[in-house]
Amino acid sequence: MAITDPPKILTSRLAYEDSHRLERYLATGGYQGLRKALSMTPAQVAAEVDAASLLGRGGAGFPAGRKWSMLRKGPIPYLVVNGDESEPATFKDHVLVERDPHQLIEGVLIAAYALQVGRAFIYLRGEFALGLERVQAALNEAYAHGAVGRDIFGSGFSVDIVVHPGAGAYICGEETALIESLEGKRGFPRIKPPYFPAAIGLYGEPTVVNNVETMSNLPWIITNGAAAFTALGEGRSTGTRLFALAGHVRNPGVYELEMVKTTFRDLIYAPVLGGGIHHGRELKAFIPGGVSAPWLGPEHLDVPLGQDEVAACDTMLGSGSIVAMDDHTCMVRAAWRITRFFWRESCGQCTPCREGSGWIEKILRRIEDGAGREEDLDLLMDACDNIAPGVSWPPQQTTICVLGPSIPSSVASGIRMFRDEFLLHVKEGACPYG
Amino acid sequence: MSHLSDDVLARARELLALYPHPRSALIPICHLAQEQDGWLRPEAIAEIAELVGLTPAEVVGTATFYDMLHTEPVGRYLVSICTNIACMLRGAYDLLEHAEQRLGVRPGGTTEDGLFTLEDAECVADCGRAPCLQVNHRFFGNVTPEAFDQLVDDLATGRLDDEVPPHGTLIRVRREVGLRADPQEISEERRAMAERQAADGGGA
Ligand SMILES: Cc1cc2nc3c(=O)[nH]c(=O)nc-3n(C[C@H](O)[C@H](O)[C@H](O)COP(=O)(O)O)c2cc1C
Ligand code: SF4
Ligand code: FES
Repeated sequence: MAITDPPKILTSRLAYEDSHRLERYLATGGYQGLRKALSMTPAQVAAEVDAASLLGRGGAGFPAGRKWSMLRKGPIPYLVVNGDESEPATFKDHVLVERDPHQLIEGVLIAAYALQVGRAFIYLRGEFALGLERVQAALNEAYAHGAVGRDIFGSGFSVDIVVHPGAGAYICGEETALIESLEGKRGFPRIKPPYFPAAIGLYGEPTVVNNVETMSNLPWIITNGAAAFTALGEGRSTGTRLFALAGHVRNPGVYELEMVKTTFRDLIYAPVLGGGIHHGRELKAFIPGGVSAPWLGPEHLDVPLGQDEVAACDTMLGSGSIVAMDDHTCMVRAAWRITRFFWRESCGQCTPCREGSGWIEKILRRIEDGAGREEDLDLLMDACDNIAPGVSWPPQQTTICVLGPSIPSSVASGIRMFRDEFLLHVKEGACPYG
Repeated sequence: MSHLSDDVLARARELLALYPHPRSALIPICHLAQEQDGWLRPEAIAEIAELVGLTPAEVVGTATFYDMLHTEPVGRYLVSICTNIACMLRGAYDLLEHAEQRLGVRPGGTTEDGLFTLEDAECVADCGRAPCLQVNHRFFGNVTPEAFDQLVDDLATGRLDDEVPPHGTLIRVRREVGLRADPQEISEERRAMAERQAADGGGA
C-alpha cells in the first residue's frame, strides 16, 4: 500500500508557531465552519455529521451522528467533551488542545448548535497545565470575537463553554466516571444501562459525551461537506485519524493519516513516518490501539489502519495509539507494567477488576524476578478468565465498566504469543533480558 | 480572617458561577487551594467545604480519589517521572533510578530541604518524547540523566521559575468573561426550535 497524502483535516496549522492564537486561526479559515453551520438548521448540521460517518475517536468508535440522533428527540441541556486522554501511549488529544484549541472550540460550537445545548463542558485532564491555559485563553479570544456566548455571530444561537480540569485519575476518561467527576465526586463509573450518558447524564439530564479529536473534525466536515470526508478512507472508517506512534521506532510522534489507506507497516517503517525500528533492530510485537488492546505480531504488519480491519484481527484500533516493541523487549516486563497501570487505576468498585489486577500484577512480577513457577501461566490465564470469562475478544464483561475486561489483553497476548519466553523466566530463574 | 487568600476566594466564587451545581467547582477550587499552599491543608479543606456546600469529610473523600490532590505536604517541585509502557521501553526505570540517587529519595518521598517530591507516574500523554516527566505538570521530554541533573540544578536555583510555576494546574488560567447565555431563555428558545422542526416533519 502506498501512503496517501490526504488533506490535513486536524493538523493543518501545526506548522505555525502561533497555531493556538485567534489571529492565526482566522487567517487560516477559522470559524468559517461555524458560520456555515449557523446558516443551516440544526437538523441539517446533524444530518451532515451523520452522513460523514464520523466514528468517535475516543476509543469505542461509535458513530457521532448516530449517538446524537438517539438523543435529538428531546431537549439536550449538556454537551461534554472528553479530553481526559490517559490511555497509556495515547498522546494525540494533547497535541490538539495545546496546538489548535480554536479548532476544538469551533467543533464544540458546531456540535452545540446541532444538538441545541445551552452549555458545553470541556473536561481536560488536570496534568495538561499548558493545555488548560491554551484552551481557556482561546476561549477568552473566542468570546471577545463573538463566537461563543450570547447570540453567536448575530444568529440568535447562544451557548456557553466551560473548561473543566480533572485531577489525575485514568478512570475519569470513562464517560460516566467523567460525568461523576464533573459533578465534583469520585470518578466511579455508573452502572449501565443506560448505555449512553445520553439519557441520564450530567446532573441527571440528557448529555452527549464526545472525544476531543471527534469534535476537532467538525469544522472541516461542515466547511467541506460530508462527501469530501467520506471520499477519504474506506467503508465505515472515513476521513483521517491521528495516530500516536511510540516505543522503539526512530521517529515517535503523532501522524495524521487517511483511514484504511495506510498499514501498520507504513506507519512503523516509512521514512516519513516511524522510520523503522531504532538501532537497526527487528520488530517483536506491537500494541495496536492503546494498552487495553490485545497485541499483534510482525505477521499483522500489513493490516490497514481501519476500525473494522483491525477488529478482524481480534483486537482494536481503540485510541489510535501504536506501541512498537523491538526484539530486545522482555514481554513479561511489558505485560507486568501494563497490568500495574490497571491495578493502580482501578476505581475499586468491582472485585474482579480490583483484586484481579493486583493478583496478576504480583504473579507477573514474581515471574519477571525469576521466582515464578510453571503453573503460574495457567494461574494467570485463570485470573484473566475470572475478569473476562473466556478471555476472548471483544471481552465478556463482568464489571461495571470496561477497564476490568481490558486487563487480560496484554497478559493473555504475552502468554499466547511468547509462552516460551515466559517459561524461560521460570526455568532460568531470571529474566533472560537481564 | 480566612485561610484562603482574597484572590483565591474571588476566583473560587467565579468558578462556582460557572456550574449549575456548586459541587462541580470542588475539584477546580482544590487546584486553587494547592496553588496557594502546595497541598490541601485542613484549614483550606474546611473553607472549600463551606464554599461548595459539603462537609470537610466529603471534600477529603473526593480529593483522596485523585492523584493530583494532596492531603499531605509535597515539595516545591513535584517531579513526576512516567514509567508507563512507552516510557519504560525507552529507559524510564533507569531515569527513575538516577533521579532517586540524585535526589536521595524514593518515589513518594520529599527531599529534606522541601524542594523536591519524586513520583513514579502513570502515562502523562507525552509518550512521543519518552522518557518524559512533568515538574508541577509542565512537560520535559527525551530526558537523559544529564538533562535530569541540569533540570534539578535549574529548578533549585530558580532559573526555570517562568517555565515551571508553583503548584496548581490552573495557576495561569484566567477566565475573562462570565457566562453570557441565560439558561431560562435558552431552554425556551430550544423548545420553540424543537416544536418548529417537529412541525416541519424534520428533526432527523
Ligand atoms: C477506562 C476507560 C477510559 C477511557 N478514556 C478515555 C479518554 O481518555 N478519552 C476519551 O475520549 N475517551 C475515553 N474513553 C471512552 C469514553 O468512555 C467514551 O466512549 C468517549 O469519550 C466517547 O467519545 P467519542 O464517541 O467521540 O469517541 C474511555 C473508556 C474507558 C472504559
Ligand atoms: S471495572 Fe474496574 S474501573 Fe471499572 S468500575 Fe469496576 S472496579 Fe472500577
Ligand atoms: S507512557 Fe510515558 S508519557 Fe505516555
